[in-house]
Amino acid sequence: MNEPTNKNAFLHGLRQSLVVTLILLLLCGFVFPVLLSGISMVLFPSQANGSLIYINGQAVGSAYIGQDFTEPYFMKGRPSAYNYNTYYEDEQGNKYYNDGSRFAGLSSGSNNYAPSNPELAERVEADIQSFLEANPDVKRENIPADLMTASGSGLDPHITPASARIQIPALAASSGLRVEKLEQIVQDNTKGKFLGVFGEETVNVIGVNLDIAEAMGLLENKDK
Amino acid sequence: MTKRKNKKLLTPEILKQAIVGSVKKLDPRYMFKNPVMFVVEIGFIITLTLTIVPGLFGESDTGLRTYNLIVSIILLATVLFANFAESVAEGRGKAQAASLKKTQKNTEAHLLDRDGNKTLVSSGDLKKDDIVIVMAGEIIPGDGEVIEGIASVDESAITGESAPVVRESGGDFSSVTGGTTVVSDWLKIRITSDPGNSFLNRMIALVEGASRKKTPNEIALNTLLISLTIIFLIVIVTLYPIGMYCGIQLPVSTLIALMVCLIPTTIGGLLSAIGIAGIDRVNRFNVFAMSGKAVEACGDVDTMILDKTGTITFGNRLAADFFPVKGVNRSDLIRCAALTSLHDETPEGKSTLELARSLGDNSEEIPGSSFMEFTAQTRMSGVDLPDGTKVRKGASDAIEQYVTSQGGKVPADLHAHVETVSSLGGTPLVVCQNNQALGVIYLKDTVKPGMVERFERLRAIGIKTIMCTGDNPLTAATIAKEAGVDGFIAECKPEDKISVIKKEQAEGKIVAMTGDGTNDAPALAQANVGLAMNSGTTAAKEAANMVDLDSDPTKILEVVEIGKQLLITRGSLTTFSIANDIAKYFAIIPAMFMAIIPQVGVLNIMQLSTQNSAILSALIFNAIIIPCLIPLAMKGVKYRPMSSEKILARNMMIYGLGGVITPFIGIKIIDTIIAPILTAIGI
Amino acid sequence: MIQLVLTLIIYLILVIPVGRYLYHIAAEKRTFADPLFDRVDGAIYKLSGIEPHKGMNWKQYAMALIGTNAVMTAIGYILLRIQSIPLFNPNSIEGMEPTLAFNTIISFMTNTNLQHYSGESGLSYLSQMLVIIFMMFVSAASGYSACMAFIRGLAGKTKDNVGNFFADLVRITTRVLLPFSLIGGLLLVWQGVPQNFSKNVVVQTMEGTFQVLAMGPVAALEIIKHLGTNGGGFFGGNSATPMENPTILSNLIELYSMMLLPGACVITFGKMLSDGRLRYQESNSPGNAPVRREGITARIFGKEGRSIFLGMGILFLAGLSLCFRAEQQGNPVLAELGLNQSEGNMEGKEVRFGIAQSALFTTVTTSFTTGTVNNMHDTLTPLGGMVPMLHMMLNCVFGGKGVGLMNMILYAILAVFICGLMVGRTPEYLGKKIEGREMKLTALAIMIHPLLILAFSALAVATAAGQAGITNPGFHGLSQVLYEYASSAANNGSGFEGLADNTYFWNITTGIVMFLGRYLPIVIQLAIAGSLMKKNYVNESTGTLSTGSVGFAVILVFVVYIFAALTFFPALVLGPIAEHLTLLG
Repeated sequence: MNEPTNKNAFLHGLRQSLVVTLILLLLCGFVFPVLLSGISMVLFPSQANGSLIYINGQAVGSAYIGQDFTEPYFMKGRPSAYNYNTYYEDEQGNKYYNDGSRFAGLSSGSNNYAPSNPELAERVEADIQSFLEANPDVKRENIPADLMTASGSGLDPHITPASARIQIPALAASSGLRVEKLEQIVQDNTKGKFLGVFGEETVNVIGVNLDIAEAMGLLENKDK
Repeated sequence: MTKRKNKKLLTPEILKQAIVGSVKKLDPRYMFKNPVMFVVEIGFIITLTLTIVPGLFGESDTGLRTYNLIVSIILLATVLFANFAESVAEGRGKAQAASLKKTQKNTEAHLLDRDGNKTLVSSGDLKKDDIVIVMAGEIIPGDGEVIEGIASVDESAITGESAPVVRESGGDFSSVTGGTTVVSDWLKIRITSDPGNSFLNRMIALVEGASRKKTPNEIALNTLLISLTIIFLIVIVTLYPIGMYCGIQLPVSTLIALMVCLIPTTIGGLLSAIGIAGIDRVNRFNVFAMSGKAVEACGDVDTMILDKTGTITFGNRLAADFFPVKGVNRSDLIRCAALTSLHDETPEGKSTLELARSLGDNSEEIPGSSFMEFTAQTRMSGVDLPDGTKVRKGASDAIEQYVTSQGGKVPADLHAHVETVSSLGGTPLVVCQNNQALGVIYLKDTVKPGMVERFERLRAIGIKTIMCTGDNPLTAATIAKEAGVDGFIAECKPEDKISVIKKEQAEGKIVAMTGDGTNDAPALAQANVGLAMNSGTTAAKEAANMVDLDSDPTKILEVVEIGKQLLITRGSLTTFSIANDIAKYFAIIPAMFMAIIPQVGVLNIMQLSTQNSAILSALIFNAIIIPCLIPLAMKGVKYRPMSSEKILARNMMIYGLGGVITPFIGIKIIDTIIAPILTAIGI
Repeated sequence: MIQLVLTLIIYLILVIPVGRYLYHIAAEKRTFADPLFDRVDGAIYKLSGIEPHKGMNWKQYAMALIGTNAVMTAIGYILLRIQSIPLFNPNSIEGMEPTLAFNTIISFMTNTNLQHYSGESGLSYLSQMLVIIFMMFVSAASGYSACMAFIRGLAGKTKDNVGNFFADLVRITTRVLLPFSLIGGLLLVWQGVPQNFSKNVVVQTMEGTFQVLAMGPVAALEIIKHLGTNGGGFFGGNSATPMENPTILSNLIELYSMMLLPGACVITFGKMLSDGRLRYQESNSPGNAPVRREGITARIFGKEGRSIFLGMGILFLAGLSLCFRAEQQGNPVLAELGLNQSEGNMEGKEVRFGIAQSALFTTVTTSFTTGTVNNMHDTLTPLGGMVPMLHMMLNCVFGGKGVGLMNMILYAILAVFICGLMVGRTPEYLGKKIEGREMKLTALAIMIHPLLILAFSALAVATAAGQAGITNPGFHGLSQVLYEYASSAANNGSGFEGLADNTYFWNITTGIVMFLGRYLPIVIQLAIAGSLMKKNYVNESTGTLSTGSVGFAVILVFVVYIFAALTFFPALVLGPIAEHLTLLG
């Protein structure tokens, strides 16, 4: 007597499982993201498309993603395990990071060096050396820690105001801009804490460098 | 409470038995029942093997041999200590059983057949429903019910009470117990139990611990202890490869030492001792618990149903005042009341006389008076004076009838006095002289001293008391108020008791009650804790899960506290045992890793001298804490009635915090002692 | 400091209304939004043949949960394997390798979200949506359903009906997760999280070099990732990546999204139990005996919920303080190099979050078993990294998707067992006697967690295949292993990401651990609820142990530390503690 009813109950349960799965698949996996995209495109079109920065109609980066700057007159960001996904191509189309190693493809993250990992100390030491070379006036113990340590994402666009200020003398020398002008630029790109309490004070490096480039008149050249 | 037998925990005899017992219990088949200690025993076997063959697990250092030997000796001691605790707990029971067994030896019995012919048979051959006759000086051959005769019986073999008690057919005093002795007169008894299943047999089995089953709570606690053991087993087994990865090869005996320290050996070793000791405490209190479960249930009691008479009040109504009717001198009433009571041995009579004397009456017995005793038929007692005057005292309706029959008239205000006394919760006795009713003696039901405080205590620990009485609601309310019980049932019939128990149980309450009469049996069976009086009927005793050998119903209050104490002891020692782990970790963990990672030395907060000394100190502490706690396990944690929060806070402080701190001190002391010794033998 | 305190105060304010709402859903009481949702749910019930009012006993409920999850797993696995099809795949992502697909699908079905792949290169948009986002919804909904069934069992309205799984699954999805996600998702887009289906963008920088910028339906995934305490990021860098978490405000939104529902579960628990208690009291004394008015916290959290919430709160704050302090101290090795450490240990952290919000996020993500990270846990200081590890080992500090509450109840049962004895009564919890059967189940459930973590860690460090994944030398290597299995067993999903874990060994073992760590406890916990609900209420008096008090919360904390933390102590000494001590020199 029980056999068929048990079997029916099982089939009924399976049907419920299957159909509810498919409905939720459609609802959560498709309707929701598409709906969210639709509304976002209307309300926040710039953000929804990655907050790209356009110069003369040309995207040069994103407001929220740092870049690997090499020119001496540009402010430097934090070390990145993936060089901010910034690369150049040689004639054969091979892609390389600015330091000459092969481009690993779109990535994010850090080296994941534990504090006790000797490779961390090595990397930091090397970075301190090169920084001191580029900024001869700076004393070792005055370098802010964030400038010598890698961010978690490898894409951090920010440094602390202290890290920005400490670079100003060297930037002034190589860009030819006055120190006051540079200080103003840093000031313009500094964001305070949210409501004065939450988070930290940040300087957006890509914003600073855009302003430096503009002040140096580089952006018109680029257009040609 | 004069009958608390052998108060001392340890007599030389018990000690001797316990030592033998603790070795006997090493049998793995027995140890298996106590998984925590079984694991220790296995650990002992492994370390012992490693003492003989140090390289068994590929450890090259043969210098480990002495170390392994010491570890195995301590492990053996740990197991022995635990067994010893259990044996000591059983010891007293065994001794008690032995003395009971003496009375159990086969006696001869006079079996009566249908025609009344006597045959001599062995008591062992008696079956249920056999009828025997027992004469003065003979031992009653088995449990039974008196069907004829009245006799005084010496029950000291079972109760320890030397004064004989009266047993007679019918009523609530008809049951006799096998093994007791008839002192005077004779009894015809119907046997109510089959051989080997008598009350005495069960009692022996129970005090001996032979039929001891784990209680539900013990089973649950054991589950917890086993799971802790398994968890730490996992910790230890996985620690070996993890240590290897970090470059530390841990000696197997050290791992075993750590594991034995971490698993709850203290409570594991004392758990059964606590249970046995709890039942033993109840036994020593002359209450005979049929099972450990019953004692445990006592701790949970929410509601107590108590008979008024005998439990809350003396039941003997004592004279408290005299109320003369209009036109009668108070002193006349007192004098007549005293006259009727001169030879009245009932408590009512005695107290009437006492009260009269204290009020200045000093009437003496007039020679030639003839006294008449109170009988159920007349419901009066009195005296016929030589001058022909008839003085009577008795129940109001009986006296009224008597007065009318003598041609007298009932005074108009007598009823009013009777009512007044009733409303005060008393019993009125009317006194009359010839055909003239003189007045009323106010007999008061007196609440036993100390009961009010006891109920106060019960209320503090959340136990509700309900008083049952056959009195009318008015009287019942007065007594209830005076005694301070939480509720009462007046004009209570046996069915009412059952229904009130059922109602309380439906609310999720655990109910305790005492009872003695046959008609209490169903209620005793229905209650979660039923305490029957030994003087009560066999049916009541069978239905109850505890029997009070002293027949003192107030003892239920103490039994409840013993039940609570048992649970508290169990919980406190569990807490203590688990809290100990913290200190043991801080002793052993740095010792294990310090050789390879010297920085871990900062965790050695006790500053123990060497690694081996640290490990061994922790292990020794772990072993000797068991015998140190035996007295506590036996006596139980001190219990004072307080609210649950206070008790918890108090015990948490003592056993929780104490359990954290004590081993730090203990291990440090042991380390100071053994470190030089270890150095001397080169470890 | 101040920002941490303020952040937590705001949380306490937010969790109360959400708790109320969740309670209304769980207890099937009316809410303002019913007219809309009743219609949606009704349509779904009709289509799938669900009879929402047909109750299930705990066994049927567990079977329905496991069966449905099995169906979802099968569909998801197939999708991962065939994701290379040119549908929502502008970046031409390949199909997934079988063991990685096995690991991934179990990881997301069990709400662990351990990721052995990198989202940017490993998943097509189709997979991100139909597998990852879908799984994030339903695995969370499954967990909350189980939790509701568990609470219903404890509250004991009936003797065997714990509710209808399918109805719970649908109700939680449509009434809680979807609407909350839509609002939260929009807030995230507003803050700068992309939400599109475009191909990744390549830009030419001012220096003439190129930069790839990731695109995709990030916001949709991001919100449910936190709301459902899932934690699997769209990108490898998870919520540290500016595309996932661009500003401090987005960080707070994500933080609260993951904290709200687990906290709300405790409130639901407290309130449903108060209801049960009230019902019981009324049935016993109809009309008379006015119900005692409770204090404000008891009314908000429910008496029983209050002590549980407080206990969890204490554990959480203890962990947070340790983590925050440890990170503030900085890295002594770098200090020795002459690098100023007054900023704290900034390696692996984002400047916009700093030490405070990073330590908070770290503690929250592991306490609430989300697994999302806004800084790299592998780079935390040893003690800072021990906190997340420990909280996953405890697995009851709020916990994700209702499971933390269920685990905490297990510890409460243990606490009650010992404390109950100490007040001289056989133990009872929530008005029910705790006896052998409950103890057996509780013990079993508590044992599973250390067994999975320690046994598999031992296996990994003892085998070559396991050791191959360890990328940091010394004690930190052991920490990486412990962290990975703790994260898997607790269904957390965060990682000491340095571990090279996309290998057969790691994919398969963590897959097993996640599976067992998820379903065994749920079934056992439902069994406990099923066993308790059959029992009659016991009386409550001044002699009963009060489990709604502050004192009980404190005891609960100790029980959790003693039972859970002591188990892991030796392993922790060899991992993070040894690393910390050697680092100090």
